[in-house]
Amino acid sequence: MSLTEMESGAVDAGLEPKQEIAGRSPWLLALRRLRKDKAAMISFAVIIVLVVVALLAPLFAHWTGYAFDYQDRKFGLDRNGLPYGPNSRHLLGTDSLGRDMLVRTLYGARVSLLVGVVATAIATAAGVIIGLFSGYYGGVIDTVLARFVDVVLSFPYLIFAIALVSVVGPSLTVTILVIAFFNWAAMARIVRGQTLSLKEKEYVEAARSLGGSDFRIMFQEILPNVLAPVIVLASLMIPIAIVFEATLSFVGLGIVPPTPSWGNMLSDALRTYQVAWWTLIVPAGFLFVTTLVFNLLGDGIRDALDPRTERIFAMKRKKDRKAAEEQEEATARA
Amino acid sequence: MTDTAMTDAGAARQDDDVLVRLDNVVKHFPIKQGIVFKHEVARVHAVDGVSLEVRRGETLGLVGETGCGKSTLARCITGLHPVTSGRITFDGQDITNLPRARMRPFRRDIQMIFQDPYGSLNPRRRVGSIIGDPFAIHGVADGPERKRKVQELMELVGLKPEHFNRFPAEFSGGQRQRIGVARALALRPKLIVCDEPVSALDVSIQAQIINLLEDLQDELGLTYVFIAHDLSVVRHVSDRVAVMYLGKVAEVAEAPDLYGSPRHPYTNALLSAGSVADPELSERRERIILVGDVPSPIDPPKGCRFHPRCPKAEDRCAVEEPVLEPRLNDPAGHDAACHFPVAAGERLGQKLGAVEPSSGPTS
Repeated sequence: MSLTEMESGAVDAGLEPKQEIAGRSPWLLALRRLRKDKAAMISFAVIIVLVVVALLAPLFAHWTGYAFDYQDRKFGLDRNGLPYGPNSRHLLGTDSLGRDMLVRTLYGARVSLLVGVVATAIATAAGVIIGLFSGYYGGVIDTVLARFVDVVLSFPYLIFAIALVSVVGPSLTVTILVIAFFNWAAMARIVRGQTLSLKEKEYVEAARSLGGSDFRIMFQEILPNVLAPVIVLASLMIPIAIVFEATLSFVGLGIVPPTPSWGNMLSDALRTYQVAWWTLIVPAGFLFVTTLVFNLLGDGIRDALDPRTERIFAMKRKKDRKAAEEQEEATARA
Repeated sequence: MTDTAMTDAGAARQDDDVLVRLDNVVKHFPIKQGIVFKHEVARVHAVDGVSLEVRRGETLGLVGETGCGKSTLARCITGLHPVTSGRITFDGQDITNLPRARMRPFRRDIQMIFQDPYGSLNPRRRVGSIIGDPFAIHGVADGPERKRKVQELMELVGLKPEHFNRFPAEFSGGQRQRIGVARALALRPKLIVCDEPVSALDVSIQAQIINLLEDLQDELGLTYVFIAHDLSVVRHVSDRVAVMYLGKVAEVAEAPDLYGSPRHPYTNALLSAGSVADPELSERRERIILVGDVPSPIDPPKGCRFHPRCPKAEDRCAVEEPVLEPRLNDPAGHDAACHFPVAAGERLGQKLGAVEPSSGPTS
């Protein structure tokens, strides 16, 4: 077709009826691989359940009639002042102050998930932006930022967190910021490394020769290509943040009682676990399961985003098909 | 400066004819050492004083071995590399090292097609969005209009417009190069610099892309700077050819002149290295095997850059650098930078006993 034809718009009519073909994006392919990963999908289901019950925690408090800080004087503690184990009134028993373990654990899930997700989100955003600038601009900016990352990574962070919190006082916001502050550096380092290699790609040069701004090149050309490792790292950062929050709360520098968090519940349990195992097992079990499922999902995402795993899947499919064919043959012969 | 004034006058005189003029363009890359305070220890003389003209509507072929500076020169023309010294004029206007904002309008007129059809397209972006980039960056068209224009471009370069939403990975090498061509065409540029646009492709696909480029040139009146190391490809597409060696132009001429009567010994050697489809002719042909490797561009040879490997080199070549000018009664457009140009019928190989009867390199 000629240009004049094109400009007169004669081809428009011919263009319209043709159906559009949807492209299979790398993300879509990764998602398909992820959906085949049983461990990751089960983990994902567990996470959904956790999120739902955490969101519905006030509803549980309403149903049972026990607020998270309500000390049940009648049925919370026995005559000797010891907590009750799981029973029909308190499904997961009570703690040393006669508070309902179930409601407190679910409220604890709210804290854990909130801290885990928000701290990771802040750390990821900061790490990505700093990593991109550092890697893309290079030179003095890179030297300063990269050294700063090294400094942050070399901090003994628990000690630093303890020192910081003892100065500004513990709170949910401080907990989130402290965790974010110690996690962004690893993200920044990964993004910087990727950016360094990606900015030499010809498509970056092409964008530059078109007159694209630095901002556009960083966020449209480079960012989509570093997103895979970023997502993997972020998904593995969430359980780290959750454990970190529990640690801070455990030593009394995270979530302030009476607001329950798994960390301060575990800390409370230290006084009672010899007579009341459930005070220890329940929050510890939730913490364990939560970090486990996040890690499993993170692993699954990493496998799904790694193009090399496609070959493994393909081999597996081929093997499955072959086995099915053989079975068919066997049944046919019989 | 009188020198500049003279070139200005020259530029004004031929303004209609010349689209791009390179005046003694130099590009050195510094090699730096040191951990905190970096100091320059050496420089790579990638492009070392190139003066060329690209005429409106022509295809200028640029050939030379890997590392001779042809890609660097291309990137200087498109403004991707700032030049160390020299002047680049486009359409009569000086575009040498313009700041980004003032370079922007010229970016529309000068586009580039890249060598690697896999590396030049962002694997995470849809093809429609990649081709639409020029419109987005220059704010030309938006929304449905941009989509329509992109689909027109796809059709123009022989792609199916329905594949708008596909990703680069879903195309073959040749199709990907078509995407690159479409992107370069989007803003209706005057000049397209093709940096080895076919060397990463299959031979059969090469022909398709070259034909596409030629058709587009006829249709849109484009000017090409066509870089390649395959001489037969360059011969096919080019109106004029410039041969580069170690950052300098060794010879430049109309394509038939250059292939018919190459003056520079390096041009002769390059031409003799090309393969010929006729086995008998190939058997009879002499093949000039150059001795040694290309010298390092960090410390290029004095005098004529080619003299350490030249079969015709004499003492004068090591001292005096030859100027690029017509030799041996050549027509005005045929310039060679050689003190002892090769005459027709001269057999170069015999001089050094470096002739290898067609069986390929031995060393």
